[in-house]
Amino acid sequence: MNWIPAFVAIPLGAAFLIPLIEHWIKGSSDFLTNAVTAFLMGLTLSFIHQAAQTQVYFVGGWEPAEGIPFGIALVVDGLSVLMLLVVNSIAFFATLYSVKYMARYTDKGKFFTLFMLMLAGMNGVVIAGDLFNMFVFLEITAIASYALVAFGIGSEELEASFKYQVLGGTASALVLFGIAIFYMMTKTLNFADASRVIAATGVTPALLFVSVLFLVGFGLKSALMPFHAWLPDAHPSAPAPISAMLSGVVIKVLGVYTLVRIFFNVIGIGTIPALKTVLLSLGVISMVAGAFLALGQQDMKRLLAYSSISQVGYIIFAFGLGTELGILGGLFHLMNHSVLKSLLFLNSGAVVYETESRDMEKLGGLMHKMPVTGTTSMIASLSMSGLPPLGGFFSKLIIIWASIDAGYPLLGAVAVIASIVTLAYYFKLQKEVFLGKLADAFQKAKEAPVLMCIPMICLAIISVGLGLLLLDPVREMVLTPAVHVIQGGVDYARMVLGG
Amino acid sequence: MTVFILSVILFLIGLYGVLVKRNLIKIALGFMIMEYAINLLFVLIGYRAGGTAPIFTQDVSGQIFVDPLPQALVLTAIVIGLGTTALLVSFAVRIYQKYESFDIRKIRELRG
Repeated sequence: MNWIPAFVAIPLGAAFLIPLIEHWIKGSSDFLTNAVTAFLMGLTLSFIHQAAQTQVYFVGGWEPAEGIPFGIALVVDGLSVLMLLVVNSIAFFATLYSVKYMARYTDKGKFFTLFMLMLAGMNGVVIAGDLFNMFVFLEITAIASYALVAFGIGSEELEASFKYQVLGGTASALVLFGIAIFYMMTKTLNFADASRVIAATGVTPALLFVSVLFLVGFGLKSALMPFHAWLPDAHPSAPAPISAMLSGVVIKVLGVYTLVRIFFNVIGIGTIPALKTVLLSLGVISMVAGAFLALGQQDMKRLLAYSSISQVGYIIFAFGLGTELGILGGLFHLMNHSVLKSLLFLNSGAVVYETESRDMEKLGGLMHKMPVTGTTSMIASLSMSGLPPLGGFFSKLIIIWASIDAGYPLLGAVAVIASIVTLAYYFKLQKEVFLGKLADAFQKAKEAPVLMCIPMICLAIISVGLGLLLLDPVREMVLTPAVHVIQGGVDYARMVLGG
Repeated sequence: MTVFILSVILFLIGLYGVLVKRNLIKIALGFMIMEYAINLLFVLIGYRAGGTAPIFTQDVSGQIFVDPLPQALVLTAIVIGLGTTALLVSFAVRIYQKYESFDIRKIRELRG
């Protein structure tokens, strides 16, 4: 039996079943959702040992004839496995956390339904083998996340979600426009087939136009700097587990993964010479401006949201370098950032849960009252700012090293400066929330419930252990296949269609 | 070629509406115009002069068919557009209930 379609089918089916079952048995959605995410995480882990091969599943048995694909292809290669691993493991911890956290909101069943839809969409984006299915899954994720951002139905949430919908919708329209031109140009939507057509025709004005549309569309989705306006509103307004999902995985799947898949594997990074420069400059701008804007925030979750912009800048910058080391650094930083940022958002959720406040001026001294939240948040902050034994240090070191190696020492220096600013704003976060003097209003604050502490502790342990990914045997299993897929570039076509 | 350019202009009109208008409902309308422009473009891409519906039967041979794939894509895109528009409009209604106004300048609480 082939398990590839299960990544989409199981969460979609669960999204359908949850409201029905929740209607009959109250509270059953907790178990169902966690069972589904745990199963998907296990399924992804079982895919790791075969990450090096490219597995293709043709929906409905429509095999390609003479190397030309007719049906819908689902592709799982090294890069997809890595993304599936990140998506499904963060989703598991987020659902575990939601059990207690979402009890304060009404209608948990609807929340889990939307969550499952979002998960199905993200898994679909990662395994889609053609442009239009990628678009459909992207829209499923986007619509579910618009609704989830506004789940509190306060005026702030509604406004943030409206802003998110306007910019997200514009992005989707631009991507669809790009797909139309792309189809006109290549007469195919399958990634592998299209990359062969593009390799044969070379650079045309239409290809440049499509590239610009995709760059702006997916740039908006990943909140790169000139297109970032929605993120600092949308991510803090969402409930904490959703903030963790949005910042941790959604922007990476909808923005970074799609950009990498299309520009490296379909169009080919070397085909358009300006492409690397564009990615490098978008990355550097987001990295620096995001870091400085984060420094000026007073709202704890807004600070984390700006930090996401900055860290995604690092990832795009690393991919823009285009060397093997740069890609390795980018992927490793992507994994690190997913774990760390979702942990930090879960921490901020625990603080909000206990104190009802996320204003850093009012908070302070919570370390003694909330030791688990404080300690895990400290670990995540230290790793994110790049303190030596932790994972975040190694990924930044690789990125900076790669940029010097690729002949951009000046940009490497900029990355170092942005990393120092990162240290500054995480220090500010720790100082104003967990250290210092405890405000009178929060004397009664206590540790978050056990079910919220477990995911935080697990994520903290994973974040410490992530540095081990660089050790040879583990790296060969997880990171190297993904690096090979990206570095292989348009060789992707041969891997999928054979020949 | 003129029709292609016209549908691109329609797309730009929609984009103008989304980016410039201050009324939530007008922004939603801008979205719909943008979606229809793209759908139109898709159908135009599949069009062949003198083509018929792409249905193979025994006695049909040597005829020109229009490309059926963009039509299938447009159907999907219309459904997705329905979902996004419905969500957008329902949010506009909820915001109206909170502020008694559709004007985006009166609602702005968040600072970018």
